[in-house]
Amino acid sequence: MTRGLQTALARLQGGWQSVVVLVPYFWLLLFFLVPFFIVLKISLAERIIASPPFSPLFQWAEDGALTMRLLFDNFVWLWEDELYVETYLNSLRISIVSTILCLLIGYPIAYGISRARPTARTILLLMVILPFWTSFLLRVYAWIGLLADQGTINNLLIFLGVIDSPIRLLYSEFAVYVGIVYTYVPFMILPLYANMEKLDLSLHEAAADLGARPLTTFFTVTLPMTLPGIIAGSLLVFIPATGEFVIPDLLGGGNVLMIGNVLYGEFNANHDWPVAAAVAVALLVVLVVPMMIYQRVQARESGI
Amino acid sequence: MRKQRSTFLFSALCFGMAFLYVPIFLMIFYSFNYSKLVPVWGGFSTRWYGVLFQSEEVWDALALSLQIAVVNATFATLIGTMAALALVRFGNFRGRMLFSGMITAPLVMPEVITGLSLLLLFITLEGIIGWPSERGFTTITIAHITFSMAFVAVIIQGRLAGMGQELEEAAQDLGAKPFRVLFDVTLPRLAPGMLAGWLLSFTLSLDDLIIASFVSGPGATTLPILIYSRVRLGLRPDINALATIMVLAVAIGVIVAGWLLFRQQKQRTREMQMAGK
Repeated sequence: MTRGLQTALARLQGGWQSVVVLVPYFWLLLFFLVPFFIVLKISLAERIIASPPFSPLFQWAEDGALTMRLLFDNFVWLWEDELYVETYLNSLRISIVSTILCLLIGYPIAYGISRARPTARTILLLMVILPFWTSFLLRVYAWIGLLADQGTINNLLIFLGVIDSPIRLLYSEFAVYVGIVYTYVPFMILPLYANMEKLDLSLHEAAADLGARPLTTFFTVTLPMTLPGIIAGSLLVFIPATGEFVIPDLLGGGNVLMIGNVLYGEFNANHDWPVAAAVAVALLVVLVVPMMIYQRVQARESGI
Repeated sequence: MRKQRSTFLFSALCFGMAFLYVPIFLMIFYSFNYSKLVPVWGGFSTRWYGVLFQSEEVWDALALSLQIAVVNATFATLIGTMAALALVRFGNFRGRMLFSGMITAPLVMPEVITGLSLLLLFITLEGIIGWPSERGFTTITIAHITFSMAFVAVIIQGRLAGMGQELEEAAQDLGAKPFRVLFDVTLPRLAPGMLAGWLLSFTLSLDDLIIASFVSGPGATTLPILIYSRVRLGLRPDINALATIMVLAVAIGVIVAGWLLFRQQKQRTREMQMAGK
């Protein structure tokens, strides 16, 4: 690879062009790629009471040869521990259901925006983007006020006479769903909108002229044409939701365990770095295929 | 039938916008509540703003977060723009596949993984070369630059791909050296994208909790870390006040930036029309 870079650089005339390539390249190598190999390395180490708290992977044996110790114990342990397997399945279930909910809520909104008049469209789009720029943490926090036992929703329901005593909304799986859908639905709306904006409406008319009912038109024309947007939006919700940490922590309150929480707990509370690293590697294994699909879809869409 | 559909879409839009904004407005509303119990209305008051402004902890955390955000945004814009130029304009160098993969991966990488991996890197480096001897400003800024530059690169790549190379080629034909072409032609045209990238990096950094809490050490408390440690235990009226200030600051910032971009665009169209005549 180094030689490839050198020939590439030789082709560029001035020295400044190589700087333009090399600065971001080495930044990413050092601060993005190398850290992954360290995580991988530590996930194969053994926990010891020391600083840093893991056994070295490379060791000089007595005869002077460099030996490498690979321990798959951490992964075996994760696999055999019911709590971990359950947490993984739980995370996947929560993020899949959240993705479907985001799609059901986001699709009509995106469609509505793409069919609005140009001025209204700009304003609506800005309104979807604006929450992006406000603190994620505070938007999650806002729901504590709504869902708490003495919160707005319970107070309203009691005031209306629907219920007599507060119902448990906060610190439940329901609250986690609400939090994920609320914070991630813009990620669904924006790619869907970008896709729908380019839709050719004459195809709808053609379908209608040929006698198709609106529902038939939707399932045979609109849905297939918006599929790239659906895939991009769903992955943009699914991938970060699977590794989510703040939402299950603040709104699930320890009653809902997701992989992100387990990883954070192993690292910060238990100081079991090898297990934390193994959890991270296992999470990455689950997500690597969706991430690659997303990159593929993105590359095709942007034509880069 | 058509009318029925538009009614459905209209109610979907109303529901969607209410869903997005009601929680934020309620948070603002309760920040003016006198009562210590957030959801119980005890009369209008600005007392929690007073409590907030008197807290030295909050000011320290805000100062640290703003410093990190500014340094991060500046470096991320520089390096991210370099990466975009390399990918779009420098042809097909070997190692390009790895490069483009690395630049987009942070966009979708779960934050817990990025945070953990960077912390382990810093600890390993400390063991080998003795740097960084303590974790705080520097380590958080480096971590933020690493994911912010990916967002900048995507924005700039999009603009470069849409710009075409005619003006650059024209400048080159007129005898400008590549370096001058970059500074006199390419970069000025990229300025709005770089501004957008700077602002996005700034907000991303100001907003990040997970990565910062992995790579920060004792004594380095950013604003999100402080907020998180307070709201973990439930509702806090002073946090509602803080949220109100942050939401208003962002809203004003986005509106001003939008207005500036709009005006600049209009001016350019006018100039081009005049040049055409």
